[in-house]
Amino acid sequence: MTPDDRLVSVRAGAVTFRVLSAGRGTPLVYFHSIHERGGWSPFLDRLARRYTVYAPLHPGVGGSTGVEALEDVLDLTLAYDELLTALDVGRARLSGHFFGGMIAAELAAVFPARAAGLALVSPLGLWRDDAPSQDVLILPPDELGPVLFADMTSDAARAFMALPDDDDANVAAQTESIARRAAIAKFVWPIPDKGLRKRLHRVTAPTLILWGDADRANPVIYAEEWQRRIKGAAVKLLPGGHMLIHETPDAAARAVEEFLE
Amino acid sequence: MKICFFHLMPYRFLPDDFENRYRSVWVDVPHSLYDPEKTSRLYHEFLDELEFAEQAGFDGLCVNEHHNNAYGLMPSPNLMAATLTRRTSRAAIIVLGNSLAAYNPPLRVAEEFAMLDVLSGGRLVAGFPVGTSMDTNFAYGINPATLRERYYEAHDLVMQAWTRPEVFPFNGKYTQVRYVNIWPQPLQKPHPPVWIPGGGSVETWEWTAKLDYVYCNLSYYGYKRGKATMDGFWNAIATAGADDNPYRAGFLQLVCVADSDAEAERLYFPHVHYFYQKCLNVWEGFAEAPGYRTLKTLQVGIQRQVGAQAKKIRQSLDWGKYLDSGYVIAGSPATVREQLVECIKSLRVGHLMVLLQIGSMPKDLTLHNTTLFTREVLPHLRDVWPGYEDRWWPSGCAS
Repeated sequence: MTPDDRLVSVRAGAVTFRVLSAGRGTPLVYFHSIHERGGWSPFLDRLARRYTVYAPLHPGVGGSTGVEALEDVLDLTLAYDELLTALDVGRARLSGHFFGGMIAAELAAVFPARAAGLALVSPLGLWRDDAPSQDVLILPPDELGPVLFADMTSDAARAFMALPDDDDANVAAQTESIARRAAIAKFVWPIPDKGLRKRLHRVTAPTLILWGDADRANPVIYAEEWQRRIKGAAVKLLPGGHMLIHETPDAAARAVEEFLE
Repeated sequence: MKICFFHLMPYRFLPDDFENRYRSVWVDVPHSLYDPEKTSRLYHEFLDELEFAEQAGFDGLCVNEHHNNAYGLMPSPNLMAATLTRRTSRAAIIVLGNSLAAYNPPLRVAEEFAMLDVLSGGRLVAGFPVGTSMDTNFAYGINPATLRERYYEAHDLVMQAWTRPEVFPFNGKYTQVRYVNIWPQPLQKPHPPVWIPGGGSVETWEWTAKLDYVYCNLSYYGYKRGKATMDGFWNAIATAGADDNPYRAGFLQLVCVADSDAEAERLYFPHVHYFYQKCLNVWEGFAEAPGYRTLKTLQVGIQRQVGAQAKKIRQSLDWGKYLDSGYVIAGSPATVREQLVECIKSLRVGHLMVLLQIGSMPKDLTLHNTTLFTREVLPHLRDVWPGYEDRWWPSGCAS
């Protein structure tokens, strides 16, 4: 499926989102994780069969701009609220992976009326000293791959690890990676505990916490933390690693759909 | 020429297999490797070496700031500079420097530098580095996305605190102070000379040129590789329309002097090797937080001093390669003289800084290196830049 691809500005042009969208039905807004380069994926394809899926790229990533105008994660959350208004999306199902899960949860906490349902996949945003999430923003590629993927021979892992053929493309890929990680680092450096734990009690939407049972980047023990802080949240573990939605997109999308119905 | 003695204060007792057993000398190097009793003796060794350097004839003494680091035992260079004010009387005290964004509020830097300037009778050079990514982003947890903006704001606050005659409010993005009014004020007027240590950021070249400060490249990889960085600075100077006074620039070079070229290898190789293989062994993940360098600087493509690529280069080094690549200038006085003149002229630097205590080098050998350097080399470098005025030298130093 080729998604619709457009630019939407807020704050008089200070922040411009590149928004990918596809599908039919009620709106679902998906927020990306740190290590998703492309923006669209088989997981979103699957969700787009049932929903109108919007997948905005974070400011500073892949054609979205204006990260320098945003101060912190709360400011980013406000900018996403403004984006949804600009898209004429009022109430929607919200989903996200890792950093994207953190942003979906922030939106649902700060603007409870926006969230018709919340599906968080291995979300970032809480912290335990005894179980720190991996410092995936800085891991060199050879160490990063096995932390993200359960199976380094999977198609998703191989595609992720593949190096471009020529030097120019290689430099461009490295620059893209640094820019993407730099943009997201702004909101979570050096520890991703930025106040969400004080706001999660505000979430009223039905919430699913979905996790790969072999997640090496973000320990599954955090699933309990999320469940404890969001009243009535359901937890579901699937076989897989941190990049669950890319290694097993059908199973992950099915779990999200079943819950959000 | 002004010729200065630079000290990193490295821990000299890392285990032989350090670089194979531990991933990094910086950030997460276990402090179980460190012995406070040995370090107590080391500090006094290092201070003896700095004090000796003044007696031997150096114009300036340089100290610098590192954190979580086994090759730089100076999280506070200001403490070391303070002891030097009491035991020296002539040399410039060059603190390179205080990483402005790491101080909260940055007025602490204005205050401590003012104290040092007053204590030393106006011999202070105020160095303001952005700071390495290891020091600022990792050891001190500063957000890479806002590090530079914090740095520029802190600089403005410090300079205003030193130069504005009135008590004033400062309403910054990162620092808000209702009553800025530091006591004491610096002795040098309008303020101590400012030197900016830089590692090749485009923004730092342009900013240093605009503000008429000294730009220093504190390189561990010698004058041949340092040329691209210094050329970048001189291009920024030309673009700014400023003159090409060589005293606008400083450069750090590792130097080993012996009676002969062969003797230099025998005396110094183990310590040089310790420095490159152990002291610069920084894990790739810590070499640079995402966002530390701007995209504009990334596109210039200047190599980092540490990390995986630097490690690959370092591992293949033998004495011949250290010398051929210019990382270290070593040999007989004649050899060192000739290469240092080439270094000074090719980079166009009026402030030469030399690192004579390198890696595991003990005190007796450091003093030997210092004595030979000041007796056989330094006098021959004095007159490389006749006719230029050094406007960036502390007024309290005898000229």
